[in-house]
Amino acid sequence: MYAGIDIGSRTIGMVAMSAGQIKQFRLEDTGFEPTDTAQKILDGTYSRIVATGYGRHSAKAEFADDIITEIKAHALGAAWIFPGVRTVLDIGGQDTKVISLNEHGAVIDFLMNDRCSAGTGKFLEIMSTALGYNSVSEFGQEALTGEGTIKISNMCTVFAESEAVTLLHRGAPKKDIALALHASVVERTVGMLQRAGFKTPLVFTGGVAKNRCINSLLATKLGVDVLVPEEPQLVGALGAALAAAKDGFTA
Amino acid sequence: MSNHYNEMWRSLGLNLKAHDQLLQALPPTYHDVYLTQTNRPQSMEYFDFVVNEIHGLRIQELQEHKKKGGKVIGAFCVFVPEEIVRAAGGICIGLCSGLEMGTAEAEQVLPRSICPLIKSFMGFKLAKVCPYFESCDLVVGETTCDGKKKAFEILNDYVPVHVMETPQMKKGRDKQLWLEEVQDFAGLVQETTGIEITRESLAKAIQEVNGKRQALRRLSNLRKNDPAPISGKDSLLIEQIAMYDDVARFTAKVNELCDELEQKISAGEGAFPPKTPRVIVTGTPMAIPNWKVPHIIETSGAVIVAEEMCTGMRYFENEVAEAGSLDSMLENIAARYLGINCAVFTPNTGRLENLENLVKEYHAGGVIHCTLSFCDPYAVEANRVEKMMKQKGIPFLKIETGYDQEDAGQLKTRVEAFIEMLR
Repeated sequence: MYAGIDIGSRTIGMVAMSAGQIKQFRLEDTGFEPTDTAQKILDGTYSRIVATGYGRHSAKAEFADDIITEIKAHALGAAWIFPGVRTVLDIGGQDTKVISLNEHGAVIDFLMNDRCSAGTGKFLEIMSTALGYNSVSEFGQEALTGEGTIKISNMCTVFAESEAVTLLHRGAPKKDIALALHASVVERTVGMLQRAGFKTPLVFTGGVAKNRCINSLLATKLGVDVLVPEEPQLVGALGAALAAAKDGFTA
Repeated sequence: MSNHYNEMWRSLGLNLKAHDQLLQALPPTYHDVYLTQTNRPQSMEYFDFVVNEIHGLRIQELQEHKKKGGKVIGAFCVFVPEEIVRAAGGICIGLCSGLEMGTAEAEQVLPRSICPLIKSFMGFKLAKVCPYFESCDLVVGETTCDGKKKAFEILNDYVPVHVMETPQMKKGRDKQLWLEEVQDFAGLVQETTGIEITRESLAKAIQEVNGKRQALRRLSNLRKNDPAPISGKDSLLIEQIAMYDDVARFTAKVNELCDELEQKISAGEGAFPPKTPRVIVTGTPMAIPNWKVPHIIETSGAVIVAEEMCTGMRYFENEVAEAGSLDSMLENIAARYLGINCAVFTPNTGRLENLENLVKEYHAGGVIHCTLSFCDPYAVEANRVEKMMKQKGIPFLKIETGYDQEDAGQLKTRVEAFIEMLR
């Protein structure tokens, strides 16, 4: 069996494959000791482990046989689930990536947001808390029922939070503010996709792909179908498992 | 650097406490970035020594020169003609710094959001931690960007600054303007040093500086080989040291290094394994000790084979043609320097053409464009470079970053993903 592990800032995903089939998968919160958590999840015997995600270098130092970047991992994973994919949008806990693939599934270009977390999973998490929602999924669900009467102009997590709080105090409906915050993420993402000259099929991966409001706004704004895998948070781990199997020598 | 330089530093008026902190920060960085490299050429020993003595022995040499009545002239740009300074008996040194230092002091006089190179030189001066600055009898600025141009007005409050007007285009009248600037500079330097520039002294200075450029070009040409005989980091270090070391000694040491590299090449040896992905770095200068992006690149599985930067090829490409008369020598100096493809020029097509050729000559698989934050000329010109690279099908990565380390993790991911694309 081959294992891929994706050590992200918020979650750690693991996919194990054998004979071209997914045999196991798991997803855990990263916690405070990412490398330990990762090792606990990997409780089988694997002929080869490939790590990806921001914790990949520590994983290599501790237990992984090899590493690939999240960019390559998401491209490999997305192309396995959706053959022929030309663009992968990955919005994770702390960054956004747009990956362009050629017709053979090879990465030909990519864009990644700079150091700040504007428009990422972390942004949505903080806004959800600021508005008093119990979970990000509740936040996304509520936003779907909001009316597009408000525009949040700030992209910065800190400024956008104070903007949202100010709106609350002014008596704006919570779900409208929620919608506006989602719309601001989508606007930023669409800008990145356009800069990359995105092509279809477009696949959306990462934790934020589970947010139904983001999905629906994105599809409307782009005017194309946005393909979301069943487990968007595991696409990186899947890509790493595929990389492990590809360079491996036994089944 | 040991404490026996303390007296010298004190006499230069340095803030010893802040200066100590600066010196303590350097050795671990240098160790991690440089001394952990494998297959380094033996001849790098000299350059390691020079870095180690950056505020010690070299400053002592400058002080000895000054004791004999010699002058030291500092500059911030590869447009300032070193030949003229040397012909008038002066020593020319680069003052740019690649380290966040004296930020609080600098922000008292500068906006917070400004190019880190500008903030750094202002910080070094105001915090009194740079013995080079404190050794200067004259500081020469130029108008290669608005930030520097206006910052020199402020710097002039603390040290006399002469500003050379570098033109923005390369038309006939720009050439005339620049020639006059070069002639005025020659006059000012003679006034400063009290030594007249003669036909002989200028011819000698031209030969010496051409010799330095030839040695650096020789080194650069050797890097066309696969495996690359020397790392990009080591090459950058040499290009950084070129700006402040003794010219004759430096030239001899670079040539010695090249002799060693030639042997390595015939033996098929390199600093990296054969077929390592090769990249060219282009963009804003990387002043010493800014090794941030090259270090990320070369610890992510690629080797840098050329620097299309001011700390790189722009410094040593083209020579000053030798001539008979003093006037024609000054004309040749002006012409050589105006040939530099700085992003301050519009249009700057020479840079694009040059880059395309470099990719072929150095067998590079891709180009990484590095811009310092808030550097408008290069950050905007990156679009022209990217467009050309896309047209030619050359993989291209654009990075904008400062002297801090907080984005190092994200940069590493981007650089690694870029190198994955090249494999």
